[in-house]
Amino acid sequence: MHDISVEQKILSKNDELAGENRELLTSKKIFSINMVSSPGSGKTSIIEKTLPYLKERIKIAVIEGDLQTDLDAQRVAKYGIPVKQITTGKACHLDAHNIHHVLPWVMEQDGIGLLIIENVGNMVCPAEYDLGEDMMITVMSTTEGDDKPLKYPAIFSSADVLLLNKTDLAPYTDFNIERAKENALRINPYLKIFETSCRTGAGIKEWSDFLAQTALNGHGKI
Amino acid sequence: MHEMSITKSMLEIIKDEMDKSKVSQLRSVRIKVGELTAVEPDALRFCFEASTKNTPLEGASLEIEEVPLKGKCRRCGNKFRIEAFVSRCPECGGADIEKISGTELDIVSIEAE
Repeated sequence: MHDISVEQKILSKNDELAGENRELLTSKKIFSINMVSSPGSGKTSIIEKTLPYLKERIKIAVIEGDLQTDLDAQRVAKYGIPVKQITTGKACHLDAHNIHHVLPWVMEQDGIGLLIIENVGNMVCPAEYDLGEDMMITVMSTTEGDDKPLKYPAIFSSADVLLLNKTDLAPYTDFNIERAKENALRINPYLKIFETSCRTGAGIKEWSDFLAQTALNGHGKI
Repeated sequence: MHEMSITKSMLEIIKDEMDKSKVSQLRSVRIKVGELTAVEPDALRFCFEASTKNTPLEGASLEIEEVPLKGKCRRCGNKFRIEAFVSRCPECGGADIEKISGTELDIVSIEAE
């Protein structure tokens, strides 16, 4: 009988590939973000609302992650932005490998400065998989519970930015925006929080300005 | 459920190690799962069993050490157990906390012959 010491991260292969992705993107001066949330919190709508603010200032490419269909890619393509759909089949998250395959396509596009990756809608699994992004954005909406950060701590703990979306609906729900922020900051005091509504446009400019500035200022964690 | 993809990555590492050590019978696997990971030990056990069934690895036991989340305050140096994921120092109230354990998702060792 052999007792073999392994001492290795289970996701070491993913982490290595994520490192390669990060290095390649950084060498081409492309800032990248990974957007995660539960299904239906408004990630695609936020991208749609953000693009018009950003596209004059920085060249953008979008990667859409979904289990099936290219419906989200079709929505984004209407804004004249290069977009690539990844369908994961049954996998509930994107991994560094998925992104690695698409990066040659990103490099073919001319002068991209910002890569937006919309992950598969899921609050649990994407937390474990580094894609090689510079900044992770978690979205939660007012039609969910304001205790979500306490229930899904991993995804709030890894995030750099929290977008509290659908603020226009808050009066019709029991969602308490202040309590949601408090809960999120208890888990992760470094979170930068923006309140947004894709229907009224509230907060979209502030978030877009922040994203453009961070992307143009270069890389590294905020 | 991403425990299946995690199991797959785990089995790749195990097979590599077994090849390197020229062993073919896996007895047990020891892993560490931190409290802050989004990994459910029971689901992982289920996936491990399902993925090894009818393979040479069938019957190996999976020993999971669950690692509690602990932090160190960057202001006062206090080390403490982070309760309910709340990242704040109980001594000085500081919010600048370095996580010193609880984020592990590691294979520690395997037993094989």
